Amino acid sequence: MNEVLAILIAVAGGLAGGLVGVGGGVLFVPALAIFLGLTQVEAESTSLLMIVIVALVGAYRQNGYGNVRIRQALIIGVLSPLGVLIGVAVANNVSERALQLSFAAVALFFAAQLVRRARSAP
Amino acid sequence: MPSPPGPMPSHETLRLAAIGTLAGIFSGLFGVGGGTVIVPLLIFWFGYGERLATGTSLAAIVLIGLLGALAQGGIYGNVHVETGLLLAIPAVLGVVMGTAIQQRIPQRAVSYLFALLLVAIAIELILK
Repeated sequence: MNEVLAILIAVAGGLAGGLVGVGGGVLFVPALAIFLGLTQVEAESTSLLMIVIVALVGAYRQNGYGNVRIRQALIIGVLSPLGVLIGVAVANNVSERALQLSFAAVALFFAAQLVRRARSAP
Repeated sequence: MPSPPGPMPSHETLRLAAIGTLAGIFSGLFGVGGGTVIVPLLIFWFGYGERLATGTSLAAIVLIGLLGALAQGGIYGNVHVETGLLLAIPAVLGVVMGTAIQQRIPQRAVSYLFALLLVAIAIELILK
């Protein structure tokens, strides 16, 4: 039963990836940790492997639809490890609660901007 | 200083670099993928349509995830390769369906879905 739930959540994670362009880790991590019994760190690491496969297939399909700017994607992808290092350094020096609340604020701000923009689109 | 005419490649590169760095920072801080940051910023800063933003985001995530997985797998040995590969099969099915559906719905619907995802993430972070 747990395996079936994990498979269903994996499908949902892939769907989210295809629909809104995220990797799906938000769903893969709980599927691996809660239903397949991996530890949090193992689930996050294994989720990365799944994200690579899902993003690869998703990007390939989107490229077929004419929806990928390869050069731009490469620049973003190559520079992100620099950001990860900064993020980890910051995480070690700032309270986790402050970080969570600040990212929640950023996420809500982005959401409001996206809705505002979509509503005013022709 | 007035902007030079044309596509302003260096300015564009700088903003792309900023998106990549920010995506990495959020990824390092919260364990959420870079897509949460990449998609909105490609839309806000570059005026990408939703489909172009999500497609380009997925391509960037391939690299981001690959570098992360190699670091985690190589250094810490925490990646369960077999489990990940098996569970990737239904996930790939999902992404193929998701991209196909996305081509058939209005682009603004993608923005609304993304906003919903962001609100869900915000609620989860607040309740933690």
